[in-house]
Amino acid sequence: MTLADGIWHQIFDFTDYGELLALVRNSLIAGVALGLVGGLAGVFVLMRDLPFAVHGISELSFAGASAALLLGANIVAGSIAGSLLAAGAIGVLGTRARDRNSVIGIIMPFGLGLGVLFLALYKGRAANKFGLLTGQIVAVDTPQMSWLLGTSVLVLAALAVMWRPLAFASTDPDVAAARGVPVRALSFAFMLVLGLAVALSVQVVGALLVLTLVVTPAAAAARVTASPVLLPVLSVLFAVASIEGGILLALGSSIPISPYVTTISFTIYAVCRVAGRYRSRRWGARRTAVRTA
Amino acid sequence: MSALPRQDRAPVVSLRAAALSYGDREVWSGLDLDVRPGEFLAVLGPNGAGKTSFVRALLGRQPLSAGTLTVLGGPAREAARHIGYVPQQAALSAQALLRARDLVRFGIDGHRFGPRLRGGGIRRRVDEILESVGAAAYADAPLGMLSGGERQRVRIGQALATDPRILLCDEPLLSLDLNHQRAVTELIDARRRSHGTAVVFVTHEINPVLGLVDRVLYLARGGHRVGTPDEVLTSESLTRLYGTQVDVVRVRGRVVVAGAPDEPASPPHHPERADETDGVRA
Repeated sequence: MTLADGIWHQIFDFTDYGELLALVRNSLIAGVALGLVGGLAGVFVLMRDLPFAVHGISELSFAGASAALLLGANIVAGSIAGSLLAAGAIGVLGTRARDRNSVIGIIMPFGLGLGVLFLALYKGRAANKFGLLTGQIVAVDTPQMSWLLGTSVLVLAALAVMWRPLAFASTDPDVAAARGVPVRALSFAFMLVLGLAVALSVQVVGALLVLTLVVTPAAAAARVTASPVLLPVLSVLFAVASIEGGILLALGSSIPISPYVTTISFTIYAVCRVAGRYRSRRWGARRTAVRTA
Repeated sequence: MSALPRQDRAPVVSLRAAALSYGDREVWSGLDLDVRPGEFLAVLGPNGAGKTSFVRALLGRQPLSAGTLTVLGGPAREAARHIGYVPQQAALSAQALLRARDLVRFGIDGHRFGPRLRGGGIRRRVDEILESVGAAAYADAPLGMLSGGERQRVRIGQALATDPRILLCDEPLLSLDLNHQRAVTELIDARRRSHGTAVVFVTHEINPVLGLVDRVLYLARGGHRVGTPDEVLTSESLTRLYGTQVDVVRVRGRVVVAGAPDEPASPPHHPERADETDGVRA
C-alpha cells in the first residue's frame, strides 16, 4: 500500500498545477495543431496502408532532429528535413506496396543509427536527447512554435485541396486513374504531407511513438464510422483528446508525456473497437436477412 | 439524364490499323474496329494477348504504337469522363474505409480538387443510382463489409453515375458466383438497352454474356478476329487464329474451347478471397 502510494506520488503530484499550466501554454496550442494534422493524415495512412511508412519516416525525422541538436540549429527544421528526405525516398523508390516495405525497412535502421550517432556526439543536456525519442512537453519555445504552426497550416491546406481525389485514389486506384486522377503524383504529394505531419508529431510524442497520433486515432474512428465526414472529425477529436490529455496529466508528474498520450489513445481505440461490434452485427445481420428473404 | 438518341449510329470507338507494343514486343497490330452506340462487344483471349492493354488504350492511359484510336470523335484521353469503367471487384483497396454511397459519389466528383461545395443534388443523384442498381439496402454499409457481388453492383452504379456513353468492363465477373454474374450482366445490359450505351466487355469467359454479345474481338498472340460470336467462335476460325488445332464445341448454348494454347483449362471461377460468402441466395 505504501509502496503503491509512493509510486502514485512519484507519477502524480498536482501541487502548483496552475503555475505549471502557464509553462505549457505553447504546448497546449501546439497540441491542437498536432491533433488536427495527425488525425487527418491518419485517415489516409489507414486508407493507403502506410503505418510502417510512418514509423520509417519518424526514425529519419529523429536523425534530422538530433543532427540539428548537435549543430545547434532549429530542431523542428531538422526534424522536418529528415522527414521529407525519408518520405521522398519512400515515395520515389516504393511505388508498389511490396517494394515500399523493404525500402522502409532499409531506411529506418539507417536513420535510427544516424540519430544515435548524433546524440552520442552531443554534449548538452541528456533530457534533450531522451525527449526526441520519447517526447517532452515543454519542448515548444516561441520560435519553434511558429515553425510548428506554420507547417501545420501548410499540411492542412494541402490536405484540403487534395482530399477528394486522394480519397478516391486511395480507395479505388484503378477507377480513379481511369477518371484522370493523377494517382502517382497524389501518392508522392501525400508522402511529403505525411513527412511534415510526422515531423510535427515527433516534437511532442517523440520519434518512437508517432504512430499513437498518426494511426491510432484514425483506426479508432474507422471502427465506429465509415462516413467520409465523421471519420476525419472523430479521428481529429481522438488525436486532440489524447495529446491534450497527455500534456495535462504529464504536467503533474515526473515521467515523460508519451505514456499518457499512448495510454489515452489506446484506450479510445479499445472502446471504439468494442463499440464497433454493434456496427458489424448490424451489417452482418443485414446479409443474413437478404439471404433468407 | 442525357439519353442518347438511338439513331445516332456514329461509332463511339474507332480503331484504324491500330497497334500496341511494349518495346520490341508487339501485343496486337492491324486492328480495325468500330464500336457503335448500344453495341455489346466482348473482348476475349488468353492471358498476355493484350486485353488489358486494349482497356488501357481506350482509357487513354496507353498510347498506340501505330494507327489511330478515336473515342467519341476525339483522343481517348479527352473522352475519359464519358466512359464508365468497371474493373474486377478485387481491385478495390482492402483498406476501403468508406461506404458504398461514397464510392458512387466518387464517380460523380471524386476527380475534382478542392473542397466540396454543393451537396444536396449530388446526394439525391447517388440515392437514385444506388436504387437503380439494387444497392439501396447497403448504401451506408462500409465497403469492407460488402460481398464481392454487392461491391460489383455498387461499382456499376459508380460507372453509371456520370451517364457514360461507353461502359468499359474489365473482367467484372471475376470471382463472382453464377447468381451475381447474372445480376451484374443484367444491370449492364439494361443500361445498354435504355440508354444506348455501348458496352466493351473484357472477359476470360464468354458464356455468362453469350446471349448479349453482338460482336467479339478475339485477341490471341498471333493476331485477332472480329465478328459475331457465330463467326469467331468456331473451330475453323480459332484454328487459323492460333495456328494450331483448336476445337470449339457448343453444349447446351455454352461455348467450350479446347486446345487453345495458354487458354486456362477451366474458366477462372476460383474466388480470390477465401471468405467469399455470396453462394447462397434463396
